[in-house]
Amino acid sequence: MEAVTMAKAINLSLREALTRDENVLVFGEDVGALGGVFRITDGLQKAFGEERVFDTPLAESAIIGVAVGLALRGFRPVPEIQFDGFIYPAFEQIVSHVAKYRNRSGISLPITIRVPFGGNIGAVEHHSESPEVYFAHTAGLKVVTPSTPGDAYALLQTAIDDPDPVVFFEPKARYYTKEEIDPAARVAIGKARVAHEGSGVSVIAYGPTVSLALQAAKTAAQEQISLEVIDLRSLSPLDMDTVMASVRKTHRAVVVHEAPVFCGFGAEVAARISHDAFDLLEAPVGRVGGMNVPYPPARYEKLYLPDVDRILQAADAALAYG
Amino acid sequence: MADVVRVAAADDPVRPLFSSGGELTPEARSRLGLDPAALRDLYRNMVLIRRADQEALNLQRQGELGLWGQYLGQEAIHVGAVTALRSEDWIFPSYREFGMAMIRGVDPADMLTLFRGLSHGPWDPRTYHFAPLAIPVATQVPHAVGFAMGCRLKHTDEVVLSTFGDGATSEGDWHEAMNFAGVFKSPVVFLCQNNHWAISVPLSKQTAGSIVDRAKGYGFPGIRIDGNDVLGVYAAVRAAASRARQGEGPYLIEAVTYRMGAHTSSDDPTRYRLDSDLEAWGARDPIVRYQAWLKEQGVIDDGLIAAMAAEAESAAQVMRTRLISLPVPPPGEAIFGRVYSNPPASFVEERDEFEASLEGN
Repeated sequence: MEAVTMAKAINLSLREALTRDENVLVFGEDVGALGGVFRITDGLQKAFGEERVFDTPLAESAIIGVAVGLALRGFRPVPEIQFDGFIYPAFEQIVSHVAKYRNRSGISLPITIRVPFGGNIGAVEHHSESPEVYFAHTAGLKVVTPSTPGDAYALLQTAIDDPDPVVFFEPKARYYTKEEIDPAARVAIGKARVAHEGSGVSVIAYGPTVSLALQAAKTAAQEQISLEVIDLRSLSPLDMDTVMASVRKTHRAVVVHEAPVFCGFGAEVAARISHDAFDLLEAPVGRVGGMNVPYPPARYEKLYLPDVDRILQAADAALAYG
Repeated sequence: MADVVRVAAADDPVRPLFSSGGELTPEARSRLGLDPAALRDLYRNMVLIRRADQEALNLQRQGELGLWGQYLGQEAIHVGAVTALRSEDWIFPSYREFGMAMIRGVDPADMLTLFRGLSHGPWDPRTYHFAPLAIPVATQVPHAVGFAMGCRLKHTDEVVLSTFGDGATSEGDWHEAMNFAGVFKSPVVFLCQNNHWAISVPLSKQTAGSIVDRAKGYGFPGIRIDGNDVLGVYAAVRAAASRARQGEGPYLIEAVTYRMGAHTSSDDPTRYRLDSDLEAWGARDPIVRYQAWLKEQGVIDDGLIAAMAAEAESAAQVMRTRLISLPVPPPGEAIFGRVYSNPPASFVEERDEFEASLEGN
């Protein structure tokens, strides 16, 4: 298959799901005739009709609330939240109902909530946020994020097939990266991957920061420093086996994400590594991420977001420790 | 059987059944098509659920339940609405609809385990077509609408009953759901149980407008009716449901009633409510009124009334005894058992560790 963008890979994955299962429904704001503000749902309404791919009124809480009702009626809803910063009106429905409905009723809700997330697109406020931890902190939800077109395709298939709810964060700054994808491939939820093998420091990333970590590994290699890059792919459940296998090799780790470091996902990863590999560690686990401020105006976002230099500095600090 | 819908106009089959004050007209009352046995069942069910309500409060006062939210005074809505539906029509309740669940056949002792701290949802909604209680106010309304959208997509003639209180109409979810229902022409009947209070806040402080008038803004009709008349509630829900079944979309019924008890057993209504209100509404008690009407019609007598009271008494005792004798489910299953259909390995590990820690004690 020819190389496709991540945007196209997600579109193809939705097409496959809609084709395979007549109970799959795709809906949200502007997903119909427009094909979504990022064109992720381009052509789907035309191909599958207005009953299966439809625009909704502009109301995020009801988009998720009706997904609960549709799931109870036997559908497999795939609602889209247009931007990360617009998910908050739906927070109550996601946390109080999507996540807890099975625990309360015994009924599984096979809902996949798609959310473009992350910054680096020069946008106005509310369009560049990384709210993944709010959801990873909620039992009953699975939270995943791909970093490549192939994983986006495969992970979305798995998410839609999952009997339980999944929040699927799409790194929007990576929508236009291209690679060849294998439509037969599947990625299990809860399985990280080693994106680049190395031996000096484990750099643990997910979504938009995986490509940064890979660039950092490339740069470091020129200085004979070997970084191993782990792409978590799934925040909840978290694949500590893959993380620990890497740390057992490197004895050093740095976690990278766009969200603020304070109470960020890196805190969980660092705590787990520190607990499970305390005796092995040669340095404290480093964390690279956003500052503890609201996402800045676009002109300043490059100063806020993690970059290759900050990853390399953290890796250097881990290597120089002690 | 005469059909209430036949006497009505096509666009709004409910309004012609009622006076401008929301009372079921004598003509509509005479054409409900309910035989004496069905009329008596409405009475019997109101008596049963009222006695269960009282017993649940007793159990709370005796320390057997952590909390109880009475529905005293709202029995006509519970019984009239459920009786007007088909058994396959789903009901999405708020948190005070214990009586509705009883009428749907949920075992009341099982249900009370929720208030005994043993379960967040002690019945299978698919068996009774009765959704779990929704505690965050109005959040269940979009679920009802989504379910109704699904019924339409599946081309069935099911309808959905979405019920909530007057306070819920202030919540964003309520407005969003009403709007979705209008846009998607969903087969859903919205039933507002306007009991005048949201804990301590009276209706006058809840809204400056009228609840029922909001339906118009969302593109469908609505009506305000006497919520203490079981036949009126039955007629309104039945006609609105028939309309929805025929593909005509949602309908809002504002059933005006009064919360005769406290918000819950933790509340103290003497801090905000006048005794005179209780007297006025007590005079409109749904069971007393209906009993008088049934006697007038000659379909019930003192012997039957006493027999039904005795049946309710005995059912309440069975509920009490069964509740107290129900086993406490093992903690591992109660805490972890229903979170995922497909539990992640780390979750299973945490459960195993937890269960192992219990064995060590």
